[in-house]
Amino acid sequence: MPERTIEIQVLRYRPEQDERPFWQSYTVPFTDDMSVLQGLQHIKDDIDGTLSFRWSCRMAICGSCGMMVDGRPELSCKTFLRDLLPGPVRIEALSHFPIERDLVVSVEPFIRKLEGIKPYLIPKEPRTLAEGEYRQTPAQLAQFDQFSACINCLLCYAACPQFGLDGEFTGPGVLALMHRYNVDSRDGGRAERLPVMNAEEGVWGCTAVGYCSEVCPKGVDPAHAVNQNKVNSAKDYFLRFLSPKGASA
Amino acid sequence: MNVTRKAAGRRPYVRPMGGWWKRDPFFVRYMVREGTAVAVLAYALVLCVGLVRLAQGEAAWNGFVDALRTPWSLLLHAVLLVSFFVHAKSWFEIMPKTMPMMFVRGERLAASAVTRTGWAAAAAASIVMLGLAAWGVAS
Repeated sequence: MPERTIEIQVLRYRPEQDERPFWQSYTVPFTDDMSVLQGLQHIKDDIDGTLSFRWSCRMAICGSCGMMVDGRPELSCKTFLRDLLPGPVRIEALSHFPIERDLVVSVEPFIRKLEGIKPYLIPKEPRTLAEGEYRQTPAQLAQFDQFSACINCLLCYAACPQFGLDGEFTGPGVLALMHRYNVDSRDGGRAERLPVMNAEEGVWGCTAVGYCSEVCPKGVDPAHAVNQNKVNSAKDYFLRFLSPKGASA
Repeated sequence: MNVTRKAAGRRPYVRPMGGWWKRDPFFVRYMVREGTAVAVLAYALVLCVGLVRLAQGEAAWNGFVDALRTPWSLLLHAVLLVSFFVHAKSWFEIMPKTMPMMFVRGERLAASAVTRTGWAAAAAASIVMLGLAAWGVAS
């Protein structure tokens, strides 16, 4: 059988020599079981070693290989060339992030925001080992289970025009993770996270576009986490007039 | 920080956001949804004008009713009706995202059930309004 090929166009950017990004085309042989990531690896290994991109696990759990595939945010390891025929396939760095080089984007602001919401359980009260494990009902687990599936792949940020227009917006992924900890029955850190949620850059920066939930590869539904917290944030605002400590007290 | 950036030869490129809403059909639908809010405002203004004319007496009210019957007014109302339909549809679709998780007999309530409840409420309100209007015309 003759070898099948597909054209892959990549948005290149080499900061030391390019004023602005440009499209470069590669013809890549492929088989039915090849992902977009494998196509890029073929380019890097056999055609053009200068191409830069991030990847690690190849099985949709590390969250490293997110990129725009034909204009849509995708994990390149989970997207297959056979579904993009006849091509050309257009690959670009994740939208709304500054491009460091080729398909590699800057993620420091995201990491800063992630640290800012204290993404870990803050126990309500100190607990000794002798007191044993925490117990949760299935209903308590259901409150946060789907939101804990986030792999920080940033596809939701590339899908969020509000983040593109204002990089200070906390954004869908981090707000969904904040919700994940706030609604965990073992957690007592909600009050510490409230300032981030109530800020203009918090849940109120969201205009319910909803594309974040469409592109999420893990079914987290960040739009759900963010938008139900607008109600919580509003309640917190108005209840402070009734209780000096606010709704979180 | 700046020194590190310079040493590493970093020069991050920020892509422009101009025309972002044309990049994906999902964004176009979002803009249409947001745009229908203008139709809601327009119809609220029509109703307010009607209320003011009613307060000004019978002649003013009759003038308002005559104005409603002109072809341009009918066209406007047809456009507003379609816009209201799109408004209701798009907002009922996003409504499940704005509500906390709900459980009925241990099963999580599906998003489609929330959307359908929205439509049922809108249909009920429309039937009541049409019923009142028909009753007003008949009596």
